[in-house]
Amino acid sequence: MKLTKEEQEMLEGKHGNAVKSSMDILVSLGEIFDARRLIDVSSVQIAGVSYHNLGEAGLSYLGDLALDGKVRVLTTLNPAGMDMENWKALGIPEDFAEKQIKVIEAFKKMGVVTTCTCTPYFIGNTPHFGEHVAWSESSAVCYANSVLGLKTNREGGPSALASALTGKTPEFGTHLEENRQAKVIVNVNAKMDTITDFGALGYVIGKNIGKKVALIRGVKKASIEQLKSFCASIATYGGTALFHMEGITPNKTRVPKESVAVSQKEIDAAKRELNDGGVDPDIYAIGCPHLSLKEVEEIAKMLEGKKVKKEMWVCVARPIKKIADQMGYTKIIEKSGAKMACDTCMVVAPIKGRFKCLATDSAKGCFYARGKNKFNIVFKEIPELVKEATR
Amino acid sequence: MILKGRKVMKGRAEGEALVSSDGISFYGGVEPETGKVVEKGHPLEGQCVTGKILVFPTGKGSTVGSYTIYDMKKRGTAPLAIVNHEIETIIAVGAIISEIPCVDQIDINKIKTGDKVKVDGDSGKVEIA
Repeated sequence: MKLTKEEQEMLEGKHGNAVKSSMDILVSLGEIFDARRLIDVSSVQIAGVSYHNLGEAGLSYLGDLALDGKVRVLTTLNPAGMDMENWKALGIPEDFAEKQIKVIEAFKKMGVVTTCTCTPYFIGNTPHFGEHVAWSESSAVCYANSVLGLKTNREGGPSALASALTGKTPEFGTHLEENRQAKVIVNVNAKMDTITDFGALGYVIGKNIGKKVALIRGVKKASIEQLKSFCASIATYGGTALFHMEGITPNKTRVPKESVAVSQKEIDAAKRELNDGGVDPDIYAIGCPHLSLKEVEEIAKMLEGKKVKKEMWVCVARPIKKIADQMGYTKIIEKSGAKMACDTCMVVAPIKGRFKCLATDSAKGCFYARGKNKFNIVFKEIPELVKEATR
Repeated sequence: MILKGRKVMKGRAEGEALVSSDGISFYGGVEPETGKVVEKGHPLEGQCVTGKILVFPTGKGSTVGSYTIYDMKKRGTAPLAIVNHEIETIIAVGAIISEIPCVDQIDINKIKTGDKVKVDGDSGKVEIA
């Protein structure tokens, strides 16, 4: 790989230890994946924020980089293992909270914006079409590449942080135009109206074609909330970094020869597979990925004047909650007994063992509730969930 | 027998091979406290990777796995070296930040569990005694 004079100096340690060890990672990755050079990135999203995932070693890794590391581009954070202000109400143990606060402090010291959300695109980390970025968080990566038209690989926590501390990433994979072309057409012959329709579609396509770039046809319209749900689902079940949706997403692509179809039957079957039944839900969790402002408003309207009888989490980015506070939505939601959970969600919070069955509108949330937390799951639309929880 | 592959992380190690026919997810699939594979139904389920030359086709699962490898290195439960058929970013970054010698593009069918193996991360070679 060819490095500029400045990059060579960064690698040799002339810009400090954090830059040097970051360059070690980026240059090694570049060589492994045959990148010709490093390119500049304008924005970073870092995963690996929950102390539950990082552990003591991860925390000490961050602490070492924070000794002299400073981010060079706008950098935001994935959800943490708890609400950074309201963790006690969500039942988070004190020793966990102490460690989680240390993790966030290390990021803050490096100049990272510590907003802790999987939807950086809702809170101001929104570069323009065509910009190269280094994002982790699989749902956000898929949204960035496909819906916003940014260019990023599926970064892991350490490589995204390395890009933040250097402003660079190796040029391979999804950064290159030839790898962004559709390889298979997916004809959707099913009704696509709701969040769970789109979640189920991501589940079916992800399982069928895996990481292949799809040109999806037959979806007439999609809201940003539906696209958010679809991105999270297709990335979870297929490892997808990028898709094209005809008439909806902005990237250009060649039209491939190979094609597959998705039927209404498959969508219905996917919804059944995402419902375990057996036990009644003892936690209702919405906001995976974190809710948009519009979704918060809708939920507030549904909850107005009602009382929830079960544990209910409404997961949002803190800046969105601030607007919800201002608009009076938070007050309505909290008055119902539901809890606003900022900075975190049901996927990354340490809730294993506390519940038996989780009800959600998120196909991604289902995967982690089942796999990581061993919960039974119920997959339904938000209005139905609210109805059940307040009955 | 010498197998020629590609350098992922420099360094040398010598030890006993532990070979998996399936990919490994370090996050959730391996317990950092003990080095044991805990993924249900995995061919290595219940076996310990600590101090072994760990041989498997490729990494899988959550990108947080890189930090799990680093955690294991700090606890002393990490493998001595990693040999892959095809590297991906989770294992590559894990090996780099943990300074574990790592080589890929190796025909791993040639290596059997229990073989005495030398890994040379500098030149990308794996030698079976």
